Amino acid sequence: MLTSILIILFLAVIIGLVLGFSSVQFKVEGDPIIEKIDSILPQTQCGQCSYPGCKPYATAIAKGDADINQCPPGGEKGVRALAELMGVEYKPLNESHGISKPKAIAFIDEDTCIGCTLCIQACPVDAILGAAKQMHTIIEKECTGCELCLPPCPVDCISMEPIEENAENWKWKYPVYSISTSKKRVN
Amino acid sequence: MKLLDKIFKFNGGINAETQKNISTKNSIKSLPIPSEIRLPLRQHIGKMAKLKVKVGDQVLKGELIAEADGNISAAIHAPTSGIVKSIEKLLIPHPSGLPDFCVTLIPDNNDKWIKKIPIDWKKIGIEETNKLILNSGIVGLGGAAFPSHLKLGANRNNPIKTLIINAAECEPYITCDDMLMREHGKDLVEGIDLVQSLIGAEETIIGIEDNKPEAFKIISNLIEKKPNIYIKVVPTIYPSGDAKRLIFLINGIKIPKEKRSSEYGIQMFNVATIVAIFRFIQHGEPSLSRIVTITGNIKEPQNYEVLFGTPLQYLIKDAGGQKIKNNTFIMGGPMMGFKLPSIDVSVTKTMNCVISAEPEMIQAPEEALPCIRCAKCAEACPVSLQPQELFWLSKSDQFEKAQNYNLFDCIECGCCSYVCPSNIPLVQFYRYAKSEIIAQSIATEEAGIARERNDFRILRLDREKKERAERNAQRKAENTGVDKLKLIEEKRAEISAAMDRIKNDKKLNND
Repeated sequence: MLTSILIILFLAVIIGLVLGFSSVQFKVEGDPIIEKIDSILPQTQCGQCSYPGCKPYATAIAKGDADINQCPPGGEKGVRALAELMGVEYKPLNESHGISKPKAIAFIDEDTCIGCTLCIQACPVDAILGAAKQMHTIIEKECTGCELCLPPCPVDCISMEPIEENAENWKWKYPVYSISTSKKRVN
Repeated sequence: MKLLDKIFKFNGGINAETQKNISTKNSIKSLPIPSEIRLPLRQHIGKMAKLKVKVGDQVLKGELIAEADGNISAAIHAPTSGIVKSIEKLLIPHPSGLPDFCVTLIPDNNDKWIKKIPIDWKKIGIEETNKLILNSGIVGLGGAAFPSHLKLGANRNNPIKTLIINAAECEPYITCDDMLMREHGKDLVEGIDLVQSLIGAEETIIGIEDNKPEAFKIISNLIEKKPNIYIKVVPTIYPSGDAKRLIFLINGIKIPKEKRSSEYGIQMFNVATIVAIFRFIQHGEPSLSRIVTITGNIKEPQNYEVLFGTPLQYLIKDAGGQKIKNNTFIMGGPMMGFKLPSIDVSVTKTMNCVISAEPEMIQAPEEALPCIRCAKCAEACPVSLQPQELFWLSKSDQFEKAQNYNLFDCIECGCCSYVCPSNIPLVQFYRYAKSEIIAQSIATEEAGIARERNDFRILRLDREKKERAERNAQRKAENTGVDKLKLIEEKRAEISAAMDRIKNDKKLNND
């Protein structure tokens, strides 16, 4: 009797120590589900989902405040990936948040630009270079195509240029070929 | 010289009609300088070459037109002397049919060389030699166009023990390497000696298919007195010329996925690449031309020594034109090549063969039938993949699963499509899936950068806010000087005196 109690007690102490140690040592910082959702989102930071950025939207999805179909840049593929991650049914993109369109990058007409810095303040990824009363320009590589710089521009000198297909970013297309049924072949 | 007997046979592969003797009847012909040369700036794997000339510049033969941009890139030189006419986007021989940046050169027909400087590599050392090779414009001439200096310099961590020379040339129709060995065997063997010392290999094995007896004879005679160079005849099974397949055939070493042969002490070069390296080091001649096979439905099928940038039409015209006019040409072999989107392109470093399409090659393919799961493709796959699984997964966009089935090990050799009784264009599905996955991974990478920049911006805005708050607090503190304190104290005293008075008044009234 006493031995069994001692054994159980001993085990309890050991397991308690291990669990206590690992809860301190292997503590998970932040919420892993938010990180996972955030990694699916396209990081355009455009705010079309009605949240101020991708991370806040990810947080809202994790909490259950937002739906999974509010991200137009992510498109259908993004919604499908989110549906799979969250274990919910797929639903088509909510068009009140905008429609999915091919990626474009902003272009500043440098002759018209007056150097007001309003677009620089609007850019969520600091992709616009310039200073007060100096011409501004877009750092092409960093632009996410969020279009947040368009409304503040007082002289409408920013336009969105869709990314052109070239020999470098060209992709093999989905093969299209005719399929005949075996029946047809017999005839 | 030693004949190595043991052959390690890989799984699958196919025995197709080789059709090689069509183009080996004549010796290699030099094509005269064309009236216009059009050099695409992207003829290799890696970054586009950086332009070094401007419109109107006079260039000499061998002068640098564009230099390598970074390490994974290759330079481009003027194939003959002339004047730069334009720099614009023109059609290039690429399956997309999209234009890319090209330099157009008008030759002056003097063919005047710049000063050729042979490299004394023993004196300047391997490191320095490799730096020079970076701007020699030499890329793998077997068709992959991988910059050669990367392969020559890859032995820093893993010493290279064996140099393997790829002379298999397994695709039907192509004979450029065969003819090169027959006619430039001496350069090749001297080049092997050179590259072997450059990469510090102990031995060299030339892997050649048994359908090239003439080339075999010439090369084995040349290496008879070389103790460290061996030649090994491999059976004619497509795709024995694939790097990893050839290594297995010769050494029995299976290179695992995502590993390079250099990690196993093996480095491989194509015969034409070896000759190009030899000419650069021995004579100071950069990569300006290559041997191109023109064959198939053409009047005079043969091999040509062609300057890079020569218009394809010029080559077709010299070969007598098509026998049956259909204006369709295939670049590369019939298994892995692609239909040229237009014949208005120029010869590039990757163009080892041009096949004028036989009428049956361009007939509408027989209608595809549904997959009957016969697994013939799996039997034919030289990489031992499960092509039928990859087909279903690629077809339904299940890219992650396709990757788990080792999609990226697929060498796109086309054996599966060749044997498929249902005529399904399997390789096209793999190419589609691969390019989608690559595009996705680039997008993920870009998203990562955007996330970082956004996080930093939020951090910066927070910091600025805090700094502003601190500044305001400081300003407030500065305003609260000694005088102000005194004033406040006086006022406080006055107030308390007044309060006392009121209290006293109340007391008096109550009493």
